[in-house]
Amino acid sequence: MMHSAAARRNRKRLLKQYWPAYLLVLPVVIWYLTFCYAPMGGIAIAFQDYKILKGIFRSKFIGLENFREMFRTPTFPRAIRNTLIISILNLSIGFPVPIIFAILLNEMTQLRYKKAVQTISYLPHFISWSVTGGLIYMLLSPSTGAIAGVVRAMGGQPVNYIGISKYFRSIVVVSAIWKNMGWSAIIYMSAITGVDEQLYEAAIIDGAGRFQRIWHVTLPGIRPVIAIQLILAVGNILNVNFSQIFILINDLTLDVGETIDYYVYRVGLGAAFDFGLATASGLIKSVIGFILIVIVNAISRKLTDGEGIW
Amino acid sequence: MRRMYTHADKVFHSCNLTFMSLVLILTLYPFWYVMIGSVSTMGHLIRGGFILLPDGLHFEAYQQVFRNALIPTAYRNTLFITIVGTAFSMFLTILGAYVLSLKKLPGRTFLTFFFVLTMLFSGGLIPLYLVVRSIGLLDNIWALIIPGAMSTYNMILLRNFFESIPEALFEAASIDGESIWGYLFRILLPLSGAGLATITLFYSVSYWNAYFESLIYIRNRDLWPMQTVLRQVLQTAQMNTMLYDDARQTVAAETLKDAMIVITVVPILMVYPFIQKYFVKGIMIGSLKG
Repeated sequence: MMHSAAARRNRKRLLKQYWPAYLLVLPVVIWYLTFCYAPMGGIAIAFQDYKILKGIFRSKFIGLENFREMFRTPTFPRAIRNTLIISILNLSIGFPVPIIFAILLNEMTQLRYKKAVQTISYLPHFISWSVTGGLIYMLLSPSTGAIAGVVRAMGGQPVNYIGISKYFRSIVVVSAIWKNMGWSAIIYMSAITGVDEQLYEAAIIDGAGRFQRIWHVTLPGIRPVIAIQLILAVGNILNVNFSQIFILINDLTLDVGETIDYYVYRVGLGAAFDFGLATASGLIKSVIGFILIVIVNAISRKLTDGEGIW
Repeated sequence: MRRMYTHADKVFHSCNLTFMSLVLILTLYPFWYVMIGSVSTMGHLIRGGFILLPDGLHFEAYQQVFRNALIPTAYRNTLFITIVGTAFSMFLTILGAYVLSLKKLPGRTFLTFFFVLTMLFSGGLIPLYLVVRSIGLLDNIWALIIPGAMSTYNMILLRNFFESIPEALFEAASIDGESIWGYLFRILLPLSGAGLATITLFYSVSYWNAYFESLIYIRNRDLWPMQTVLRQVLQTAQMNTMLYDDARQTVAAETLKDAMIVITVVPILMVYPFIQKYFVKGIMIGSLKG
């Protein structure tokens, strides 16, 4: 009794001191309500035969019809498959590259050159996908592209690489590496800096060569960071960068390149304006993504003794 | 200490040096290639391959690009959304981050949850589009600023930065009669230059680079930013509709695209050397605490 009365008094005192803070945060809360929580309410559209003129309150409720519709045509399952394939390629090829880059960068002895390479390596991270797409278009252009020039010089006939399905995923994976390698390497670089110098010296005294030092000292030293990054990447497996796909895809590469996000865009705003169907497919992705991220956070809490990713 | 270099070390270092130089070339060459392309003749590029130098300095492509009324307007729009948008985003982000950093605030846990939940779950593209539509922002330049103004990630970064400033300062200020608002404006913000610079730059770059919002919210081309015009130019096989508003077609389409890319990217390339150190600082603030 006494205790709770004291707690209540304390709370009252705190409220008296802190009430202006609520006023300060009010605009932020309003923004979140409008642009995050109101759209969450809009999920109802997924269960409606939504008509824009009728709006969300007067459109007809049709239960799970949109979800059935989604699996009636092969395009949505195809979008799921494409998303998973591109993500797995990004994970298996794109994920190790920054780690290798960071380790090799750390082995460099010319410090000024090392700094220059590092600074330039994360420049592409700050270049927009429209520009990156532009660079790709120009390098791969069948008429004026650098690749086309080489192909012609070797007696071949250049083709429109950006419009051919079999090249699409390679272009996606390689351009993602080009854009993100340096930036992703930063976190590994800082982890490597944290590895105890004495361990290296002990390894040298034990006669370990360079690759043995990397294998037995550097890699174990940054293993926790690698684990967290890997878990995060797995949690984001349904999120293939939309801006990237949007800039690179065209009608000729839809079969291998259309991801879930792009499907939602195309069905909803790109061509068909089927809002119900688009919202329903977006919802499926959100729900699975949410479950994945919760699982992933639980795992990372376990691995790092209570330090979750949030 | 200075180690003896063995033969194996020398081999390794020269391989590594070669590899790093390759990384440098692969990172920078695409930019160089479009710069060459924008001032060269078509023939030079067609014969070329991985060319290193242009065959002269032909600026017709740039003249052509700037003659089109769409480009200066797009540049102005980009500047507007970058400057005004960044200011607006910083305003909201500072308020949110500050209030979240008040350790004794009643309801702080709930507020954090309220913000962070939106990083994990969202209504999706269509419901957001309908909200933007219903508040009358379609075909309005503010649609390029307001709906995407907040990044919860940036807000958490800034909160972490604020939290790294000793709490004793806040206690002392309260005892001196400083109010919640006064502490923010008179004490906290002046101390947070580095953190604010980082977040400001994150927002500016993302406004400068944004193109998708304008494609879904804006029909009126006069409100498009540079990135969107560039994207449309790249996607249109027949450029006539986009760039040739007169009959004076003297420059090849590919060269025009090169020029478009260059004028979009050059501002970023120019400021990058001066601002890059803040970006790394930012990612470090973030990694202190997730």
